[in-house]
Amino acid sequence: MDFVKEFWEFLKIRKKYWLLPIIIVLVIFGGLIVLSQGSAVAPFIYTIF
Amino acid sequence: MTKILGISAFYHDSAAAITIDGKIVAAAQEERFSRKKHDPRYPYNAIEFVLNFAKIKLSEVDHIVFFEKPFLKFERLLETYVAMAPRGFLQFSKAMPTWLREKLFQKKMLFNLLKKHDKNFKEISKIFFSEHHLSHAASAFFPSPYEEAIVLTADGVGEWATTTVAIGKKNSLKIKKEIHFPHSLGLLYSAFTYYTGFKVNSGEYKLMGLAPYGEPKYVDLIEKNLIHIKEDGSFRLNQDYFNYTTGLSMTNEKFHNLFGQKPRDSKKDKITQFHMDIASSIQSVTEDIMIKICKSLRKEFNIPNLCLAGGVALNCVANGKILKEKIFEKIWIQPAAGDAGGSLGAALAFWYLELKKSREVTSKDAMSGSYLGPYFDNEEIKNKLNNLGAKFEILEDDALIEKTADDLSKGNAIGWFQGRMEFGPRALGGRSILGDPRSSSMQKNLNLKVKYRESFRPFAPSVLRDDVNEWFELNEDSPYMLLVADIKREKQNQMTEDEKKLFGIDKLNIKRSEIPAVTHVDYSARIQTVSRDTNKKYYDLINKFKDKTNCPVIVNTSFNVRGEPIVNTPEDAFNCFMGTELDNLVIGNCYLIKEYQNPALKKDYTKNFELD
Repeated sequence: MDFVKEFWEFLKIRKKYWLLPIIIVLVIFGGLIVLSQGSAVAPFIYTIF
Repeated sequence: MTKILGISAFYHDSAAAITIDGKIVAAAQEERFSRKKHDPRYPYNAIEFVLNFAKIKLSEVDHIVFFEKPFLKFERLLETYVAMAPRGFLQFSKAMPTWLREKLFQKKMLFNLLKKHDKNFKEISKIFFSEHHLSHAASAFFPSPYEEAIVLTADGVGEWATTTVAIGKKNSLKIKKEIHFPHSLGLLYSAFTYYTGFKVNSGEYKLMGLAPYGEPKYVDLIEKNLIHIKEDGSFRLNQDYFNYTTGLSMTNEKFHNLFGQKPRDSKKDKITQFHMDIASSIQSVTEDIMIKICKSLRKEFNIPNLCLAGGVALNCVANGKILKEKIFEKIWIQPAAGDAGGSLGAALAFWYLELKKSREVTSKDAMSGSYLGPYFDNEEIKNKLNNLGAKFEILEDDALIEKTADDLSKGNAIGWFQGRMEFGPRALGGRSILGDPRSSSMQKNLNLKVKYRESFRPFAPSVLRDDVNEWFELNEDSPYMLLVADIKREKQNQMTEDEKKLFGIDKLNIKRSEIPAVTHVDYSARIQTVSRDTNKKYYDLINKFKDKTNCPVIVNTSFNVRGEPIVNTPEDAFNCFMGTELDNLVIGNCYLIKEYQNPALKKDYTKNFELD
């Protein structure tokens, strides 16, 4: 949670809000790839691609 | 007492430094402990060393400062990928997993790693992040002997900045201007390092050493196509010729076509006159830029002192040219000018800029001669050598100096391990290999039989401070071997007409001066001046050598072989001694002679380290 707060502060100070959607997408896909390694989420990934 | 731990890591040359009430107590690079050159990993051993040396536990440290800001670096990466898309996908796909897994969460990661030093360390709020170039600038200004100075830092890239100008005054340091990625003098130099077949981030000084063998034939080509240099020295690189923003190499096909050759493959291609001319050209362009920047800064700010740091500040040839141009009255260069020094800068920046502590300036700098690393006393050395099965005699200081100077004058190559290890890439008489500079075969022998490195590479002289002007075109302190100047004309041997016609490495065989082993082919030398008050034992040794030979100069090269980090412990020194053709090893007050050692202890040492 601290990380999210700090990163939000960073985006605010740098006024780089446009980076946010890119980061969200990266984190979601990154998370999916991690979860998909031998787990129940794997079939979900295959249907997307 | 306020204890600050500075850390640099995760790119190259990771290191740790500790300051107590602003005083630099200890600093060391991780590579010296892990024995892996330019080790970028978390500096566990270096942190352990600085804490032990300062006799404190990690939980007693008040602030921990990392040398750069990971978020800002991530921002630069993302923005670059967006700007270049869809090119750069390969680099993006390689970089992102590490970032998303760990680098982005560096605070937490650092916290977890730091806990391994001390289970009582529980406060993540003690961790702070400096900025890459601010850390460099702080490492250059705060230990300097100046109350006020222009601080110029230049390297490959940090977060965004690649070149920074700051003004330091007493305890303040304000960044005035920056040049941002991808326009980078360090990366330009590294692109040519890659092109000539040397390893990026470590082979840059080989390129610098190669430059005097060539002619700067390609300067126009470089300045017309690759870089646009403005009158004030600021510059823009033409990205059409480079691949580092999007690809996995430094240069692209267009770059190779411009010069008419593919990059040299160090495994099969020899260094030719072409590579020497390329080296000479990029060196000349670098010097031109640095001199232009310095001239315009001197005019703009009218401050007579200059401080330098960042990887480009290790280009001692360019530093020597800045000095020779007499743009500034005084120049001070941080001895650990590369990223390792960022750890020290981060700690100092916190002390002066965040805690706003006052700064006392003395006539000498605050680096203690850069002897900030581990120390071993005679008892420890004796025990370690006995455990290794070494044969040695113990001599009193005077006898030790006498015998070493005597063996040096006979042409022996001597491993010299004394006092605290140096912080930064240069050996300064703490962990050095020494030789007689008057010998015309010394350079070749040391290169091929002791260091196992390329025969074109020059060696540096250590000279008594009082005598420097008699032997070199220099009358300044150069305690950190970061200034290059010519050998005095009266000490030079002028080349005959036939010799002048020789090309490249053939020139190496000519006896160019009274001290040929430290005279580069262009009559230059990378000088270390030695004073009694920073390293008494080393000073006494050179002084004794002078008594015997009338020459106050000795050859000083780092105590290692090619690809190996400089030796750290007596064990490292003994292994290097036994694995090479060094004749003697002087370690503390113990004196070792090769022929008395057990031949079974000899090892094939060269294969232990990956060539750089």
